[in-house]
Amino acid sequence: MKFMGYVRPDGRVGVRNHIAVIPASVCAATVAARIAEQTEGAVALPNQHGCAQIGPDLDVTFRTLAGLGANPNVGAVLVIGLGCESVQADDLAREIAKSGKRTESLIIQKCGGTLKAQEQGLRIARELSQEVSKIARTEADFSKLVLALECGGSDTTSGLAANPVHGYVSDRLVEMGGASILSETTELIGAEHVLARRAVTKEIGDRLIEMVRACEAKANAMGVDMRGSQPTPGNIQGGLTTIEEKSLGCIYKGGSSPLQGVLEYGEAPGGKGFYFMDTPGQDIESITGMVAGGAQVVIFTTGRGTPTGFPLAPVIKITGNPITFRLMEENIDINAGTIIEGTESIPQVGERVLAEIEEVCNGKLTKAEALKHMEFGIYKLTSTF
Amino acid sequence: MKRDALLTNEIDSVATALADLARGQEAAFERGGGVERIVVGEDIPFGHKFALADIAEGATVLKYGEAIGRATAFIGRGMHVHVHNLESMRGRGDLAGQGGGAKK
Repeated sequence: MKFMGYVRPDGRVGVRNHIAVIPASVCAATVAARIAEQTEGAVALPNQHGCAQIGPDLDVTFRTLAGLGANPNVGAVLVIGLGCESVQADDLAREIAKSGKRTESLIIQKCGGTLKAQEQGLRIARELSQEVSKIARTEADFSKLVLALECGGSDTTSGLAANPVHGYVSDRLVEMGGASILSETTELIGAEHVLARRAVTKEIGDRLIEMVRACEAKANAMGVDMRGSQPTPGNIQGGLTTIEEKSLGCIYKGGSSPLQGVLEYGEAPGGKGFYFMDTPGQDIESITGMVAGGAQVVIFTTGRGTPTGFPLAPVIKITGNPITFRLMEENIDINAGTIIEGTESIPQVGERVLAEIEEVCNGKLTKAEALKHMEFGIYKLTSTF
Repeated sequence: MKRDALLTNEIDSVATALADLARGQEAAFERGGGVERIVVGEDIPFGHKFALADIAEGATVLKYGEAIGRATAFIGRGMHVHVHNLESMRGRGDLAGQGGGAKK
């Protein structure tokens, strides 16, 4: 399959052509948001991070922001720093510029305050806006795609219908030479042995098991039963009883392709095929990690129904619950409830999802995009100091 | 054929209701290429599970052919299986001191 995308200097292909206005820290978030608001094609990535973080926790923030800037859905980048934060704007801009795209940076303390930084930032952003508008879509192969596989607000139809559809789509994309990323380490608890069997080497399988063990140990250290948070109250109302049941349904999103590797949060896959990324089960942070890892498109299954989108990548919603589809059609792109009703098969719905992905890659807006849903959140390993 | 419930693996101890099922209703589901029927002993909401055979207290409950937890009480054939009679064996920090943490 083919799509019309934006070829970037590093050879990757975007399906969107955004200007990312990235605050290096929470202190620059307001200025970044105001610049993006007033510039055509610009989106801000407001976040609470970037300062008073230490060690690996700071590394996660830096790697995530750098990966988001480098994502091929972004045509140009403006990094806004306050000046004194842990994530230095110039370092971040330098890292993003390795992708070859135009990357500018601005320091509020050097500009002389909010108004001066906004004015200067708006001038730069205006220029970037016109510049990226000249980039035309050209034909690209589906092998250029990195697909993020997400689920949220699951119920029992997720594991029975919508997640197997994701699995079908992931397998088909892998056959076409593309890459897919499964995530949410918490939602492997109780199912990790099934996925580990598909690892291409024993080391990769062992690393996956170790990631899950570390996640479970972290939760257990709280001294409580995970239930109520995993599964959530909505999961339980939908019929999911235990984290094991949720996890076993969750991994159907990964289809049956061999597991090529295990990625850190925000890390890009080193090759093609099916990968797992270490993220929390929280949907927004999970999507952020996969888009930072280079995913251009997110497919998202939901049984209970969820409206979430993402600032830089289209999110295609699929439900396996026919009642939810009727109830929340304004948020959900694809009805896989036909599988539960017995009128369509998993491959039939899978082919519909592939056709939708093709259209969305060509520029069709998803419902989340049309509604300007731009949920954004970065995973944290520990508290700030 | 109209199915009322779905079995994900032939060795499973539970099936999932594909519609709201009323107490006393006969639910049809496929197993091993054939159609089987079971009378549900209580109302089973859409998407919820019921037992395909008697499950002893403490027994491991299977879905997708894998363990999804253990029964905290005896569960009769056709009865609702959910948080009131099935618990996780994983993510149990509350049991960590009793060796129940990451127990399989």
